[in-house]
Amino acid sequence: MASKAEFLKSVPYFSPMSPAELEQIGSLFFEKRCQRDEIILLEEELAEALYIVVSGVVKIFKTSADGKEQILAIIRPGESFNEVPMFDGGLNPASAQAMGQVLLYGLGKDELDYVLKNYPQLASRVIKVMAGRMRHLVLLVEDLSFRQVIGRVARILLENAGDGAGPSPQLTQRDMAAMAGTVREVVSRSLKTLEEEGAIKMDRHRIIILDKKILQKIVGPFFETKVTDRG
Amino acid sequence: MMKPQIDLGKCDGCGLCIGVCTRHNLVLVDGVVAFVEVIECDWCTICEAVCPRGAISCPFDIVILE
Ligand code: SF4
Ligand code: SF4
Repeated sequence: MASKAEFLKSVPYFSPMSPAELEQIGSLFFEKRCQRDEIILLEEELAEALYIVVSGVVKIFKTSADGKEQILAIIRPGESFNEVPMFDGGLNPASAQAMGQVLLYGLGKDELDYVLKNYPQLASRVIKVMAGRMRHLVLLVEDLSFRQVIGRVARILLENAGDGAGPSPQLTQRDMAAMAGTVREVVSRSLKTLEEEGAIKMDRHRIIILDKKILQKIVGPFFETKVTDRG
Repeated sequence: MMKPQIDLGKCDGCGLCIGVCTRHNLVLVDGVVAFVEVIECDWCTICEAVCPRGAISCPFDIVILE
């Protein structure tokens, strides 16, 4: 494993810093190792640190009152999470969980304040990263709050369904997201909702349309005849 | 047996998908990922979700049973 300073060089926040500065900043981070499924942060708890993923993957998610999980982001090596409560002093806005074995570097509040005070040039990088994150979240909120996206997903399913006899079209959730003009997380949620509504059944690598009428209703009045005509 | 599709031209062997597969079905062979079914793949699509390069995909057949 590379030294902390070497690793930090690959993190967008710190890439313009000199080796000496990276050595100093690196010494302020603590290491945290997590096992698969370990909860790193719990929503609404006091925030202790900002984390950078060194290896492995972390998912950031919220859980609704009825226990449904919505993934907000997937954090990969070199990316950070939990900035918000470190800056506004509030509670963790979401939970974070290790998706396999994970190594993190954490920076406590005092250390973060020290770094920003002594390396003010970092602030503009932090703003840039947070602005990108905000953009992703705004899209997510928009798409999760309005029914159009689920309608678009329902339409994609209807338009691409085969009859189970010959080879049928194949689509990944990433394809569907691109086709529906949204992000993968929203497609995944839409499929779950369609399954709960009895319109489809997820059967391993098959999406079985159980009730075409429910899907058509979800698509709405703008549903084109070319699809309704089929099958 | 259906297995996730791997685009060897895109995979850089970063190993992220390998670490998240709960069924340990993914391994690194010659610097790229390979699928070896240890426990039946449940098409959880987590490997696809974490791949930063779009190199591994879990496509769905969409069928109307009528
Ligand atoms: S996450 Fe993607 S790029 Fe990395 S090893 Fe897996 S398939 Fe290859
Ligand atoms: S779909 Fe799930 S079980 Fe199958 S290889 Fe990918 S991560 Fe593993």
